Amino acid sequence: MTGTDVLVEVRDLKVHFPIKRGVLFDRTIGHVKAVDGVDLRIPRGQTYGLVGESGCGKSTLGRALLQLTPPTTGEVNFDGVELTTLPAGKLRAMRRRMQMIFQDPMSSLDPRQNVESILTEGLHTHGIGGNRDERRKIIAETLDKVGLPRWALSRYPHEFSGGQRQRIGIARALVLGPELIVADEPVSALDVSIQAQVINLLDELQDSLGLTYLVIAHDLAVVRHISDIVGVMYLGGLVEEAPSDRLYTEPLHPYTRALMSAVPVPDPDVEDRRERILLAGDLPSPANPPSGCRFHTRCPWAQPTRCADERPVLREVGESRVACHFAEQIASGELRPHQVQVQIVRPEGEGEEPDVVSAPSEPGSFV
Amino acid sequence: MALLEVDDLSVTFARRGQRAVRAVDGVSFSVDAGEVVGLVGESGCGKSVTSLAIMGLLPKQPGLRVGGKAVFDGSDLLQLDDRSRRDIRGRDIAMIFQDPLSSLNPVIPIGLQVTEVLTRHRGMRGDAAAKEAAQLLDRVGIPDPKRRLKEYPHQLSGGMRQRALIAMAVACQPRLLIADEPTTALDVTIQAQILELLKDLVRDSGTALVMITHDLGVVAGMCDSINVLYGGRVVETARRRPLFREPRHPYTVGLLGSVPRLDAGRGERLNPIPGSVRDLLPWPDGCAFAPRCTRRVDACVGEPPQLVLAHDGRSYRCVNPAPVPGLRPTEEIRETVPGEAEPGTVPAQAVPGDAPAVPGLGPAPSEEETP
Ligand SMILES: Nc1ncnc2c1ncn2[C@@H]1O[C@H](COP(=O)(O)OP(=O)(O)OP(=O)(O)O)[C@@H](O)[C@H]1O
Ligand SMILES: Nc1ncnc2c1ncn2[C@@H]1O[C@H](COP(=O)(O)OP(=O)(O)OP(=O)(O)O)[C@@H](O)[C@H]1O
Ligand code: SF4
Ligand code: SF4
Ligand SMILES: [Mg+2]
Ligand SMILES: [Mg+2]
Repeated sequence: MTGTDVLVEVRDLKVHFPIKRGVLFDRTIGHVKAVDGVDLRIPRGQTYGLVGESGCGKSTLGRALLQLTPPTTGEVNFDGVELTTLPAGKLRAMRRRMQMIFQDPMSSLDPRQNVESILTEGLHTHGIGGNRDERRKIIAETLDKVGLPRWALSRYPHEFSGGQRQRIGIARALVLGPELIVADEPVSALDVSIQAQVINLLDELQDSLGLTYLVIAHDLAVVRHISDIVGVMYLGGLVEEAPSDRLYTEPLHPYTRALMSAVPVPDPDVEDRRERILLAGDLPSPANPPSGCRFHTRCPWAQPTRCADERPVLREVGESRVACHFAEQIASGELRPHQVQVQIVRPEGEGEEPDVVSAPSEPGSFV
Repeated sequence: MALLEVDDLSVTFARRGQRAVRAVDGVSFSVDAGEVVGLVGESGCGKSVTSLAIMGLLPKQPGLRVGGKAVFDGSDLLQLDDRSRRDIRGRDIAMIFQDPLSSLNPVIPIGLQVTEVLTRHRGMRGDAAAKEAAQLLDRVGIPDPKRRLKEYPHQLSGGMRQRALIAMAVACQPRLLIADEPTTALDVTIQAQILELLKDLVRDSGTALVMITHDLGVVAGMCDSINVLYGGRVVETARRRPLFREPRHPYTVGLLGSVPRLDAGRGERLNPIPGSVRDLLPWPDGCAFAPRCTRRVDACVGEPPQLVLAHDGRSYRCVNPAPVPGLRPTEEIRETVPGEAEPGTVPAQAVPGDAPAVPGLGPAPSEEETP
């Protein structure tokens, strides 16, 4: 990716949440390594898709990138500006250029505010639009962009359908004229027919406004559809990154292969022909991740050497970046998959696992 | 005669001072032994209410009316008294829900919950029941089953809980299993495990499976025949391959055009259905899908479209179905059934707590339009 115009560059980003115990929760007995050393670059005007299963750290990465959750260590460079060391005032001004869209439009919109006031709020905060008329003009244009009628302005969020609420969420982000939009599961709460409308809208907006997206989703088909580059996360780390089409035609990491093979395709012919790589067991807890390669407890290709004690780094293989010691041998067929013994994984806060007490902060608590 | 024959099932919720809503409106489908039948459709189209009505599990509330028939092995489930229905439930018909935590008792160890089913329906006790329970857990892929039996539901992960629930459901070798979105709450790699497990069960034991889902991919991989629901009615029924290859009902066409496919290229445009499920016409006034339909013609509005039974065994409820190359529309029709609808009723989706955003019927949306 050298030579392309990079808008966002993330270097060795870590977000560790302390696990507190004791009567006053005053003892730190460990850390949830939600994001544990991620490097990535998002080229300007393109879409970077982040996939992975529940709890792998996608949302935390997105929030840390926008400095909504303070990173433990690492750097986030946005258009040449280092965000992690930026003073609060300057950071607030930068926020205008980086906006977020949430999964559940209802919970991220204040039910007592009508659409006009939802959209005006950000303009006020950032001092955009000199007077009321100017602000009205900006808002009207934004409504057009997201395909909402003018009469929407005086209505409240509950008066809209799910898809329209998501349009309001998108409008709220767009009204500030951002360059980067982080969309966290933007369509997963929507009905299939509405999903497609919102996906098309995001595509159109990118074409017309030159937006850069970081799209976070657990649905691989959605991510592949809208992304230029896809990063696959597993337990806090990127295990593979590749151009969207390539990731599908030539997945290199065993986890990517399993993930791809598990996604149902709405076509009986494809479904009947497919070979599934069924993974054994559940995702291990990020509070107590496996040693070495984090995937080795479930990896059908795991080898007796290296996998359990040496953490693979992301390295370039062809056009992809992959974190697996044996990517080449697996791709060539030299190594074959084998049976994996299921290991019991406790739900968070149960059994051997320590409690997690710090609550995630409110979405939508910023503009 | 099929194992389960659902005929003209309707469920109405009447509320004082409001128009009665029809969550399920004349649904008919049948399930043969060993067959996997899918019920698909978007949120609120009546999938869960259909299955709950068949199982007799709808909350007993004033204003609830259930009509039609659901004949299982010769007896109409809707006419049974509570006791006989409970007997059949668990022994002959079992159900799996989306959220296993809500159907497992949180304060009783898994093992006891499984052995209780074995005792009640198969008369097994003590060691024999415990041994069978461990075997069941093992069969559904729960590691170290003897230890798991002593554990409580909250000590298991989501995927393991769903397995435990499936173990309880299959404990009595039921002849019919109804699974309502059994994998929707699970991660995709765990979903793959559970679907594989269900397929194995059907293959090995000849259990019939009714699979309720909104995921067309799941349907494509599992179901022998499929019923597509819209606004409380079955709008299209077909075998798996014909349905995906040549969808006839415009709603089915729309659904298939809406899902991004893993094997389609980056940025291939999707063809969404305009509007939302809330923009529907009450069935007594015409086709409920009309406000969103790109194939709408004058005949769609005024009375409910009739059900067309085609020669190839398919059926659809549409006056202007998507064409099939080489087939003249009139030639395919074997029989038509008038699409009766009770005047004054509205589909449940049309009356959520809040008003629909696009009231009334605008001009027919054009193909390209994406409002
Ligand atoms: N504020 C917090 N305090 C403590 N732990 C947290 C906090 N936020 C997230 N975590 C933990 O960090 C891990 C990663 O969470 P995150 O929400 O980033 O995952 P995700 O990939 O977005 O998952 P999902 O697909 O379920 O949204 C989880 O184990 C989660 O419990
Ligand atoms: N007890 C009830 N009283 C009134 N209306 C109800 C009741 N139960 C369900 N409904 C309505 O009936 C309609 C059908 O609901 P149902 O749960 O069957 O939908 P579904 O197809 O299973 O949707 P989902 O995919 O969201 O689970 C909904 O619009 C719902 O609001
Ligand atoms: S490094 Fe080893 S355990 Fe990890 S993905 Fe590669 S083969 Fe599997
Ligand atoms: S009956 Fe008319 S409105 Fe309804 S689906 Fe068919 S063509 Fe469309
Ligand atoms: Mg998340
Ligand atoms: Mg349901």
